[in-house]
Formats: sequence, C-alpha cells, structure tokens
Amino acid sequence: MSDPATRSDGAALARIAVRKTYKLYIGGVFPRSESGRSYVVTDHKGGFLANAALASRKDARDAVAAARKAFAAWSAATAYNRGQVLYRVAELLEGRRAQFAAEVRAAEGLGARQAEAVVDETIDRWVWYAGWADKLAQVRGAANPVAGPYFNFSLPEPTGVVAVIAPQASSLLGFVSVVAPAVVSGNTVVALASERFPLPAVSLSEVLATSDVPGGVINVLTGRTAEIAPWLASHMDVNAIDLCGASGSSADDLAVAAAENLKRVVRAGDEDWTLTPGLERMRAYLETKTVWHPAGT
Amino acid sequence: MSAPAQTQASLRGFLHGLPGVDRVGAEARAAMLASRSIKTTAKQWALDAAISMIDLTTLEGQDTPGKVRALCAKAKRPDPADPTAPMVAAVCVYPDLAHTAAAELKGSGVHVASVATAFPSGRTSLDVKLADVKYAVAAGADEVDMVIDRGAFLAGRYQQVFDEIVAVREACGGAHLKVILETGELVTLDNVRRASWLAMLAGADFIKTSTGKVAPAATLPVTLVMLEAVRDFREAHGRQVGVKPAGGIRTAKDALRYLVLVNETAGEDWLDPRWFRLGASSLLNDLLMQRTKMATGRYSGPDYFTLD
Amino acid sequence: MGKFEYAPAPESRDIVSLRESYGLFIGGEFTPGVDGRAFKTISPATEEVLAEVTEAGPADVDRAVSAARQAYEHTWSRLPGAERAKYLFRIARIVQERARELAVLESLDNGKPIRESRDVDIPLVAAHFFYHAGWADKLEYAGYGPVPRPLGVAGQVIPWNFPLLMLAWKIAPALACGNTVVLKPAETTPLTALAFAEICQQADLPPGVVNIVTGAGETGRALVTHPGIDKVAFTGSTEVGKEIARACAPSRKKLTLELGGKAANIVFEDAPVDQAVEGIVNGIFFNQGHVCCAGSRLLVQESVYAEVLAALRRRLETLRLGDPLDKNTDVGAINSAAQLAKIRELSDVGEAEGAQRWSPPCELPVKGFWFPPTVFTGVSQAHRIAREEIFGPVLSVLTFRTPAEAVEKANNTPYGLSAGVWTEKGSLILWMASRLRAGVVWANTFNKFDPASPFGGYKESGYGREGGRHGLEAYLDV
Repeated sequence: MSDPATRSDGAALARIAVRKTYKLYIGGVFPRSESGRSYVVTDHKGGFLANAALASRKDARDAVAAARKAFAAWSAATAYNRGQVLYRVAELLEGRRAQFAAEVRAAEGLGARQAEAVVDETIDRWVWYAGWADKLAQVRGAANPVAGPYFNFSLPEPTGVVAVIAPQASSLLGFVSVVAPAVVSGNTVVALASERFPLPAVSLSEVLATSDVPGGVINVLTGRTAEIAPWLASHMDVNAIDLCGASGSSADDLAVAAAENLKRVVRAGDEDWTLTPGLERMRAYLETKTVWHPAGT
Repeated sequence: MSAPAQTQASLRGFLHGLPGVDRVGAEARAAMLASRSIKTTAKQWALDAAISMIDLTTLEGQDTPGKVRALCAKAKRPDPADPTAPMVAAVCVYPDLAHTAAAELKGSGVHVASVATAFPSGRTSLDVKLADVKYAVAAGADEVDMVIDRGAFLAGRYQQVFDEIVAVREACGGAHLKVILETGELVTLDNVRRASWLAMLAGADFIKTSTGKVAPAATLPVTLVMLEAVRDFREAHGRQVGVKPAGGIRTAKDALRYLVLVNETAGEDWLDPRWFRLGASSLLNDLLMQRTKMATGRYSGPDYFTLD
Repeated sequence: MGKFEYAPAPESRDIVSLRESYGLFIGGEFTPGVDGRAFKTISPATEEVLAEVTEAGPADVDRAVSAARQAYEHTWSRLPGAERAKYLFRIARIVQERARELAVLESLDNGKPIRESRDVDIPLVAAHFFYHAGWADKLEYAGYGPVPRPLGVAGQVIPWNFPLLMLAWKIAPALACGNTVVLKPAETTPLTALAFAEICQQADLPPGVVNIVTGAGETGRALVTHPGIDKVAFTGSTEVGKEIARACAPSRKKLTLELGGKAANIVFEDAPVDQAVEGIVNGIFFNQGHVCCAGSRLLVQESVYAEVLAALRRRLETLRLGDPLDKNTDVGAINSAAQLAKIRELSDVGEAEGAQRWSPPCELPVKGFWFPPTVFTGVSQAHRIAREEIFGPVLSVLTFRTPAEAVEKANNTPYGLSAGVWTEKGSLILWMASRLRAGVVWANTFNKFDPASPFGGYKESGYGREGGRHGLEAYLDV
C-alpha cells in the first residue's frame, strides 16, 4: 500500500473512491442513453449519489426490440433450465448482500438492519420464483374431460414481451417482485426502474449480466416515468404491461394506450412487498393453449 | 447402371410410404453417438482417415487460379512439417476453375470435384444445368457435385427431380456424381429420407447434405438419416452409395463424430474415401493440429500450419 | 479386428476417495453400529472389494428413527417451507458440483456404464432435488388443500438398480413436504448413499433430518416395521412389496410401493423403424435391463416382424459390453452373483420352453458378473419368460395383429408399471394410452424420466406415484 497522502496539517486524506457509472441495460450490454442525457440521483438526504442515464423513447424502442429478439430462445428453454438460471441469480445476489444493503440504504434511507432485511427478502423472493418455473404447467394446466373420443389438454404459455413500470418506493424488493413473475414462465421484460431510486435496479443488472440470464431477457431503463411509460404502453410489439409504478390518473391514460393492441394489463397498486405473493402476476403473463386430438385406431 | 422408369404416382407412393423419422429420437441417437470417446490408437486412425476423406473446398465468387493452385498444393501435402500426413480425397471447385485444378493435381491421386447445375441454387433451365455439367467434365473434373431442384421437391414434383438427376448422371459420363440434397432447405428429416431415396433410385453415386451456402448445413442427425438410407438401399438393391456431409464441419472433434456415426450406422464398409467424404476447408488444419499433438505430445498453434 | 476399433477410454477412478470402512449416518454423524457387524461391498465388474460397510441391527435402526423423530419435532417441522427449500437447493447444487465423482462411484459399486451414470442417473438426481426444493414453500398450490401437513418420520428402503437416483426419488419429496427420513440403501450398492450423507453434512442439513442405515433384508425389515415411523416407502421386488404390505396392514402407517414390471413395448407397422429399434434397445438393455419399467416384452405387429427383427439384430451387433468405467461401454456388469444366477435360470427356462435364443457375438470378461444381451423369439404369453420379471438384458418377442390384440396382450399380466407404443399415428397413440393398464405410457420413446413426471404402477407393480404434483401425496397427511 502506497504512502497515504497527507494534508498540510499532517493528517491522512481518505482514499479517493472509484465511482460507478450507472448506465442502461439493454440486450445484455450497458449502453448510455442514445440521447446522451443523464439525471441527478440523490440519496434520501438530498446528497448527490450519481448521474443515472436518462432513457429516451429510442432506448425504450431498442429495449423492446432486444426483448423480442430474446423471447424465442428464452421461452423455448426447458422450465428446469429457466429455474436453474433464476436460482443462479439468487446465488450471486447472496454474494453481494452487503453491496445491495448499502445501495438500498443510501437510496431509500432505511436503517442498516432494515436494509439487510430488504435484501434478504429480495433474495428469498427470487428463490421463490425460481422454484415456480417447472411447476406452473402442473398448477395452471389441465387435461380436460371433454365429452367425446378426444384427448384435450390446456397448457400455459408465456405471452411475449412484458413492459414493467416498477414500483417507485421499493427500489429493489419491489423491482424484483414485478420482474421475476414475468420471466419465470418464459416472457422477456423491459423494466423502467423507480425514477427517484433507480440505482439498485442498475446494480441488479450487473448481477444479471454476470449470471446465465441471456442478454435481452431482462432489460432495464432508468429515467422519467412520465416520459418513458407512454412509449411502452403504446408500443404495438409489447404484449403486456404492469402499471405498478404509474400513479393514479396517468395509469388510466396508460391503460387506454395499452388497449390499442389489447395488452394484458396489470393494475395492482404499490403493495406490501414483504408478503409472499400469490399467482396473480405470473398468471397475468400466461396464455392458455388448449389442444384437441382424437383417440382412435 | 440405368435407373428404372418411375412415374410421378409410383415415386410419390414409394417415397411417402417409407417409414417416418421421429426427429426427437433421431437427434437423441446422434447425440449419444457423439458422446463416444475416441482416444489413442483409435484417434490416430480416425484423424488420418478423416484427412483422407476431405474434399478440400473453395467455392467463392472471388476464387482465382492462384487461390486454386494454392489449395491444390495443400491437398497434395497438407502438413509442411510432416510428409506422413495423408493426402486429401479431392479438391472441390467451381467449373471454370476445374481446368486449373486438374492441371495441378494431375497424377497425384487427388480427385478433381466440380460443382455444377447452377450451384448453389440450381435455379435455371435443365439445358443450362446440363451444359454446366458437360463443361466441368470436359475441363477435367472426375467428380461432379450437382444440386437437386429443391423447389420442385418441396412442391412434390418428384418425377421432375428424378428425371433431372438421371439426365445429369448421363451427362457426367465416367465422372462420379454426388447429388446435393440441400438438407437445410428440406428441413424435415422425413424429407431428407425421401430425397435420399429419390437420388439413389435415380442413380446417384453419392448423396451429399449441403452446398455449404445455406444454414444449417451438415448436421449429425441429418447425416444419420442419410447413412440409414444408404444402408437400407444397399440391402434392398445391392448397390452401395456414398455419403458426404458438407459445410459446418470445422473441428477435428466434429469430424471424428461423423466417423463414429458411419461406423455404427452404415458400418465399416463405408469407412473409406470411396464411400464417405467430408466437404470442408478449415477442418483440415484442425485435423493436422490434433495429429501433431498426438505425435509430439504438445498443443500446437495456427502458425505451424498453412493458410491457403 | 474392425477398421475403426475404439481404444480403451477409461474414466479415471482417482476422483473417488473410498474409505476402508463406513459407519452408519445417524443424527448428522457417521457412527459405528452397536453390534459391530459389517459386510463388504464389491465391484460387480471385477469382484474387488470396494469397502466395508456397517450392518445396522435393530438397536441401530432404533437410534436412527429416534434421531429422525427428534429432528422432526424440534427442528424440521418448525422451519418455514422457504428455509427447507434452501437446504434442498443446496443439496442439488452440491450434487452438481460433485457430479463426476458420484457418477464414477455409482458405476464402481453398481456395475452400470459410466456414460449412463454420468449422463442419466446423476443429472436426474440433481434435478429431483431442484424440482422438489421449489415445492417446499408452495405446498398450498399442490392441490391438497391450503395447509397440507407432513406425516412425520419416513422409513425408506431402496433397490440396487439406480442407487442414488432412487435415493433422490425418496428423500427429495419427503424433505420438501417437511418429513424427516431414515433410508436403507440396497446391500450391494451402499456407497453413493454414504456419499450423499457427506453431502448432507456439506449442506449443513440439520442433524437427524436424513439418516442412512446400511444393511440387508433384516435391516430393512426392522425399519419398515418400526413403530416409530409414520410412513413406509419401498421400491423393490413385488414379492417383498407384498410382505411389507402384510406387515404394515395392522398399523396406521401410510405405505407406497414401487415394484416389478413386465412391460410391453408395442411396435406398430407404421412405427418410425430406426427410432423404434433404438427404443427397443433402450427399453431392455439400458442399465443391463435392471429396470422395473423395462420394455422386456416386445410386441411387434406381425406384418413388420421380419423387418423389425432384422433391424434389431443388426443394431445389437454394435452394442459394446465391458468395463463400466470405459466411456464407450453400453452394457455393463450384472449387479450381483445372485442376480446373474436368476437371469441364467430364467433364460434356460426360456430355451426349455421352446423359444429361440439369440445374442450378438460378445466377449465376456473373465472376472465379474456378465450376461450378453439376449433376444428370445417365438415367445407366447404362456411362456414363463413372457410372464416373469427377469430383471436382466433379456428380451422376449411376441407378435400381434390388431391394436385391440396388442392391448389385450399388453394388459394380460399381474403387473402394470409401464408400456411403450410406437406408431406415427397420433390417434392410435392416444387410443392405446387410454387402454393400457400401466402407470407410465411412453409413446415413440422409452425410459424417459423427469422429476415433474409422476411414476408408479397399476396392479402388482405397486401403488402410489413418485414425481410431479401427484408424488407429493405420499409424504403429506392428506
């Protein structure tokens, strides 16, 4: 270790930190916004944290394209494979508990123990969803006893590209709780992080990028909800949208825009994310396909 | 041997009456055979066998006589440092460079293979395709690689595909004929089986997977089905037809997997350059590198092998 | 000497470190048996002794059940499902990490080819723990009511044919549902179960949740009749299964049995022939035919009999029999001298009954227990080799004319574990599937297993299912 620098009065100066640049996460890589813009993210006391990328409508467009491109392979992967990939994300998150606790603390102003509890819940939430991948078909599928010499079965299938307006207040646990239910069944996601607290979601992207999650399966945008959400809600190649992070009347407008291609819309509000979820979000992104085949010689 | 007369109806009835191929099962069988572990003496034999089965290929718009001459030199002496490395089976070029290749390879024992019939698409009149064949043969090609009319095949015009192969076979004279099925465009393994039988009934000496210009080119499951077809054809008709996977075979490991496939499907009668070829270009250097490693015990590098 | 002879390609044994002797795994630790009795486990391929293993006596079984009960009452039943899940995920991951070692150990102790233990057994073991881990905190969705409770302590006895996989089939669902277990591996194949005990330690599984007691028939009997267990699970022969059913009858213990079979593998005239031949071979020669659901009766439609048999014989000539640790071996050793004697006896019966016997040319090693892949043709339903489970690489071939006749012959057996159907006609597959009295129907495939897919038999092949949502029932108080 080199000699620490000293001030003129002889006291030691703190080591200069190498600060992180927070970019977007699209198609498995970290580009800046194509607009070149950024915005200031502050901690709960108003102090400067970082300049986060300020996503533009073109970034949103690119993210949807990346999600669409990744959909074929991700939805064709075996459920077992998806479950293992998601479990691996939890393993990596576990290794970074301290980092995420610090990040959540700085963003949301939680106490140290509270922040750790949030991170633990986030990891456990991810594990809970990972274990659903190879069970959804058994719980949501069925063989149907139709009246006739036919074999008839119904299977759940992922709907496609899901846009997610992530919760505004819960920057990590809430974020994970709206993204995981979409991808577990084979959908791909474009998520717009909390406008005020975007940084934990970007750090989560680093975990995704270093895990086995293929590029494009989860894409993360940071920026102004009011600016980006309408572009996602009106995008004709997005199959479903979670309006969680949009406020009251603007959520209504977004839902109207979403009706243009009959997106599946999730309107649940900001919840107590610490509670174990039910199936609603996973169900929202599943289509049911029913197949008939005669049984005969 | 002249091909028996076939009508569209009887051809269709026969081809559609062949047993189907279950893709999942075929892929599982190919994958199991790909897990065979070929070591030591077996690997030595297989590397040399693979080299001797290569149709060293250049089929680019930018090919020149210089390029072809360089390739021919490599064909005759693949490893500059090791004269014990076997020669390849053939050099494969476009018809207008067959003359150059023939001159370079004269007396060497390496065959001159030329593509023909408006390779790779085959989309022109039969007259033009036959002229292409005759041109190649006149230039010195002793092997002709033709393409079938995939459009006609997929439209069910089996008689037309059959007649074209018969006509090309005749135009080949003494040259041996490889029929390229372009399996990447046929897509289903049922189609691969049918096209294989169609080509063999029409007189093909070899059936070949691909032009190498369309992906996917050669794959293990496709080659498995073709090996089953030649095995069954010999059983039924008493005539042995060769198989050539081409395109996408880049590593020695790939090549050895193909040899295992031949060994355990059609059998060792096909383990000979007379009945099995590998259409490839960069594969040769990887085979040579593996060969060198077995001889010296050291991993080698690309600097020690020629790029032609 | 063929043109392309595969040179030996041995998987190294170095990855396995065998102890000279193993104790019992009780309360999270390896502990000597009370009586000091021991037995040896050998490699069936070479007859060399691999290790000495403790024989658990009644007092040991007592200790183990006690440890399981303690763990259940004080620890395991108090853990939320999400925490149980994380232990099972850990175990799944460690199995993946130690996959090669476990595969080599399994092949050494059991005799099966390394390719099968490496590519089939061990990956499925990890998959079973992975799948069931995810159920531990989702039982309210399994279709058994809002709060399904575990049974308590499960006594589990498993066979020698898929040692570690059968262990996974038993332990994963039991733990996921909140039970604790005492498991007895087969006496000829204890080693991977003992390695699994180490894995439980590496995963920091609370002591007593999993207990392994090694031994033979006596130990098994002591375990399944122990008054301190709530649940008995057995996989093995139908004969022993019936004994256990009789022994458990007076008690309130829940019982599931996975027993023998004599499955019909039915090939129709429009079957995809090359894949059907692979399916026949896989059906009876995978794992040397030591498979309860083996396709041991080939029912081939008479119109394609000659073609299918010719293709089958040709294919059998490429089967490679030999050293289980050679990566190119297809057919390994028979698990024990006793099993070999039984296979030989029944094969001799087959010949005596008038069936025609054929095997591809096969060089059998001098030491060890070996039997060549064997096909009997001209077999009819009345022959013993068409009715009795041989549990070896012996195929009996019968013919049929119509689908109805195939169903009739397939069902004409006290067994009902599995069946195979080969045809390109979808309607026929579904029609056959609906009429075959078998717990598993494989169409255009065979011997496919998955933790999500329920497995189990009709009639004397047992009762209860393992795997899938249905398999959880065995370990819940529902």
